[in-house]
This record gives sequence, C-alpha cells and structure tokens, in this order.
Amino acid sequence: MPADSVKKTLIVAFGVCIVCSILVSTAAVSLKGIQDENKRLDRIKNILLAGDLLNGDADLRTIYEEKIQPMMIDLSNGKQVPKEEFNEVLNIEDFDITMVAGHPQYGMTIPSEKDTAKINKMPKYTVVYIHKEDNVIKQIILPVYGKGLWSTMYGFVALDTDLKTVRGFTFYDHAETPGLGGEVDNPRWKAIWKGKQIFDEKGDLRIEVIKGTVDTSGSEAQYQIDGLSGATLTARGVNDLVRFWLGDDGYGPFFKRFKEEIYG
Amino acid sequence: MIEHYLNLFIQSVFIENLALAFFLGMCTFLAVSRTVGTAVGLGISVVTIQTITVPVNNLIYNNMLKEGALGWAGLPNVNLAFLGLITFIGVIAAMVQILEMALDRFVPALYTTLGIFLPLLTVNCAILGGSLFMVERNYTLTESVIYGFGSGTGWALAIIALAGIREKMKYSNVPAGLRGAGITFLTAGLMAIAFMLFSGIQL
Amino acid sequence: MGKYLETVKHPLFDSNPVGVQILGICSALAVTTKLETAIVMTIAVTAVLAFSNVSISLIRNQIPGSIRIIVEMAIIASLVILVDQFLKAFAYQTSKQLSVFVGLIITNCIIMGRAEAVALHNPPRISFLDGIGNGLGYGLMLLVVAFFRELFGSGKLLGMTVLPNVTEGGWYLPNGLFLLAPSGFILVGLIIWALRTWKPELREVE
Repeated sequence: MPADSVKKTLIVAFGVCIVCSILVSTAAVSLKGIQDENKRLDRIKNILLAGDLLNGDADLRTIYEEKIQPMMIDLSNGKQVPKEEFNEVLNIEDFDITMVAGHPQYGMTIPSEKDTAKINKMPKYTVVYIHKEDNVIKQIILPVYGKGLWSTMYGFVALDTDLKTVRGFTFYDHAETPGLGGEVDNPRWKAIWKGKQIFDEKGDLRIEVIKGTVDTSGSEAQYQIDGLSGATLTARGVNDLVRFWLGDDGYGPFFKRFKEEIYG
Repeated sequence: MIEHYLNLFIQSVFIENLALAFFLGMCTFLAVSRTVGTAVGLGISVVTIQTITVPVNNLIYNNMLKEGALGWAGLPNVNLAFLGLITFIGVIAAMVQILEMALDRFVPALYTTLGIFLPLLTVNCAILGGSLFMVERNYTLTESVIYGFGSGTGWALAIIALAGIREKMKYSNVPAGLRGAGITFLTAGLMAIAFMLFSGIQL
Repeated sequence: MGKYLETVKHPLFDSNPVGVQILGICSALAVTTKLETAIVMTIAVTAVLAFSNVSISLIRNQIPGSIRIIVEMAIIASLVILVDQFLKAFAYQTSKQLSVFVGLIITNCIIMGRAEAVALHNPPRISFLDGIGNGLGYGLMLLVVAFFRELFGSGKLLGMTVLPNVTEGGWYLPNGLFLLAPSGFILVGLIIWALRTWKPELREVE
C-alpha cells in the first residue's frame, strides 16, 4: 500500500491515536492514587509545619490524624458548616481554596477598594485546622493567600488560642524570585513571626511587615516583622495578605464567634 | 472591573513578558529577529494566534477537561485534566492551519507576508505557554481573551525591539566568537534587565 | 561501534543543540536557577527525546507525508504527558517547581528537530542513540548554566550551602541577579562565546 493513499493515512492516524491514548490514559489512571496522596501529604506537611508539629521521623498522617481537626467555616459569619452541606466542591478533606474562590456559587468577587491582598476573588467558605491535644485546643491554623511580586503566595498562619499571638507562619506555594522574594520560605524569616502580636489591647489590627529591620527596643517591636532585603514588593504583599485575612473581611467574624464560644 | 482588566493587560505585556521574563518562544525569538520587517510579521501572527487559542483552550478546559467539568454530560466524577497538554497543542496546530487557510482564501495579500511564519507558531512555546499559564492562574473567559492578547503583544514588542537592535548592530565590530547567537543572547539579557524596571507596577 | 559512539558524542560539543544549533533555549533558561531542577529537566527531555526518536523511527516507513507533523506531535505530546504524570507521582516537589515547563517540552524544538532530521530517515538504534546524545548535549548546557546560577545566586549547590550566606551568619552576599531572567541570557551568551573561541569552526559568518 503506498504511504500516501487516503486509506493508509486514515489507518495510520487512527492507529497512532489508539496507541497514544491507551498509553496516556493507563499512566494517568494508574498513577492518580499516588499523585493525590502526594498532594494530600504536601498539604498536611505544611499545616503541621505552620503549627510547628513536625517531629523527626514520625509519620505525617499519624500526627495529623491525632492532633489536627479540620473545620469548615462560613467566612461571612464565622459559623461552622455542618457536614450535611458538604459536597464535591465543599470537600473538607481535599479543600481547594482557589477552586472554591472561583466557583460561581461558593466564591465571591472582592470589591476592589477592599481587595488589599489583590486576589480579586475569595471563597465564602474555608477550612481551618484546629490543633487539639487531650481535647484542649492548642492553636488554630488558618489558610491565607495573596499576591506577591510575581505570583500568588499560599500559606498557613498558626495562632494561639488567645487569637492574638502568632505561633507559626509558612508559605507552601509561590513563585517569587528565588533568593530575594523567595526568602519568604526562609526558616529564619519565618521564625521571626513566632510570638508577634496581631492585635493590641483595644483589638486594633497592628501586625505589619516593615521596611528594614525592627528596632527591638521600641514599643512597636511586638507587632513588627523585619522586611526582606531586596524584596520590598514581596514583603509588602505578605504584609497586605496577612492584614487582609486577619482583618474584618477575612477571619474577623470567625475570631469573634470563636471567642464567644470559647470564653462564653 | 475595567481597572482589573487594564491591569492584567499591562502586566502581561510588560511585567510578565513571555519572552523576556519567562523565556518562552526563544528559538523563533532568536532566529527570526534579523530584520524589523520579518519581526513585525511574526509578531502580528503571534498576537493573532494567541488571542484565539488562549480563550478557545479556556473554553475547552473549563467545559470538558477540568475535574467535574463534564457534569453537564452526566459524568461529574470524570477528571480529564491530564489530557490538557495534548488538547492544547492539537487546538493550536488546528488553529494555525485554519488561520492559514482563511488568510489564503480571504486576505491573500496578508497571507503572502505572514504565510511563512504561521507553521512556525505550532512549535512556538509562547503559544502553548500562554494556554498553560491560563490554566495555572484560573483565568475566566474574559480574562483569558485579555491575557492572550496582552501576552502576544508583549512577545511581539520584544521581538520587534530585538530586531531593531540587531539591525543597528550590523555596523558594530563584534568579536568573532560572539557574532550571531552570542551577541544576540547578551542583547536579550540587557533587554530583560530593562524590562525588569516594570516589575511591581500595579494600576 | 565507533559510529554509535560518535552519534552520542557529536551533540555534546560539536553540534550541541543549545550552544551551536540554538534550539530548546526556553527551558534551558527557565529551569536553571537550581541544579536540581536542571537535572530533572535533563532526564525528562532525554527520555522524551530518545523514545520519540525510537517510536517515530519504528513507523517511519508507514507515516504518510501529509500528516507527518501531526503524527510526530501526537507521539511527542503523549510521551510528555507520561513524563509529567511520572514526575507528579514520584518527584512531586520538583514537578511543582518545574510547573509549566514540563508541558513545554512538547514545543522544545530539539525534539521536533531530531524527529525530522534523524528519526524519519534512520533505523531505531541510531535514532535512539541520537536522542540520548542530544538529550545529554542539552543537559550539559543546562548543568553548566545552573551550576553558575545556583552557586552565585544563592551560594548553594543542589540545595547544600557552599558559600555561607550573610543572612545565615556566613560571609557571602548572594548576587540575586543570577537568579533573575537576564542572567540566563547573559550566561548562555558567554558560554557560546567560550565554545566558539575554543572551536573556531563553529563561528557564524555574517
């Protein structure tokens, strides 16, 4: 059969399609389990990292299951979302915050004057992680995200039960310039956040990332975090996103409700 | 809203320039930038194809491939996202072919000038890259139209600028080993530094 | 035997796909801020290149001219998806860092170029070795660029500290420019200059 006849062309095209599709689908289907597990482990690892709960070789899943309790909340009023309302979008074990934010029903557009984190859309619901030991709440780990210089940065903030003190902070996904803005990943920088105060006695939002180094003797030092040298814009992005999420348009209602429920 | 789109446009043209910040479409960028005339032709083709393929791929991805996207067909649990790559490249190849035929049929004058560049676009990673960034950043349909147009324009701008510099460089005395590819890389590097000045601009 | 060895060796320097033929530049510049991503990318590209060459060579007498390009595209794209799926399953962290650049292997002109130039006219064994050789030639360039960028940009190699950073109590102030886009262009330009000074027959005549 000549290589250029119509019949031959169709046969070859069809054959190549069949072989390629079988190969690709087999790989995709058979590797899906491992890939999903990787994604889950990555998220768990970062939640534990923010809460400073990683210890040595202990299995991530075991620590997570023992100590962390995920809870889905309605951001507008801080109420817990009951199990009955979960579905494939509001999935507590596999919550995809950007997907929910873009969802027509479960996401919403942020008015541009309020959108300090520059994320355009935010979810109406989110999952927060409660760290409990012996039925006592130790800390609360909250997902946060916002725009840096190049990319959207995704992270977790761990708060003490007083809802004022930062216990830990970590970014798990960003594409900032390595070595400059990428230093948001630097363990030294993340360690600075530990113990900083978010609100003052009056309940005003005070935490901020400043430009340069914090004057440790100053009265403001407890609210301030050193900037990242050479990455002013990324540091500003971190500042904006933390202040957005911890403010009234972010977790504000949840904080209020949480305090009422805990302290009566 | 307008503000947001304008911001996205400026960002995709200058700040996240596909050629100078993400190194996409480099082979053609370096090979077809000897004269301004050809660079303009290639630039226009890239803008056209990019403005068509990014939204088309957006529609296909969101309505057929994404996890749960096949809900309308009664298959809510199917996730075909792994087929994204092959679909996008197929769409791009098909769009290039269609555009080529359409131009030949309706605007023969344009076809004779752009015709030679069109086949090059299938393997131009700026085009595929545009679609992949669209998926990664979750653009809506309108955003993807703007992003497609903006990123194409940015790429065109970069290659036309480089061609202009290379035309002038013919009169310079470049060291023998640097002639051609070497000096073009260095020039592109300096241009990338210049484009970095735009970083962090927000409207 | 000599012929086979030559097929692998020639693309390392004399016809290096990146340095001499100026192909596959996009990823060569984008994934070289760290040695680790450069190594993974090299393996991925070499694998795709070798297997696409073999597959295309195996059916070279059957492919009709009219759909040649699209058949090659389909084969390459399928192989790239395979690699992408494998990376996501077994090298999750690196695949996250490589992001879209794994997918962009499809449009890496080296792969299409070798398919057209070699695989369509040669038996599988030669095509396979040609794929390996070109993959390694590409990788060699990536590793050199990544070595300089990671060392001077962050004072590390493969994530391990070589030059202790000032921020971590050392003496080296990392040069952030090495991690940004421009340095990629400039380094490749300088490497090409060096290569052509060493092998003057590669110079371009304008």
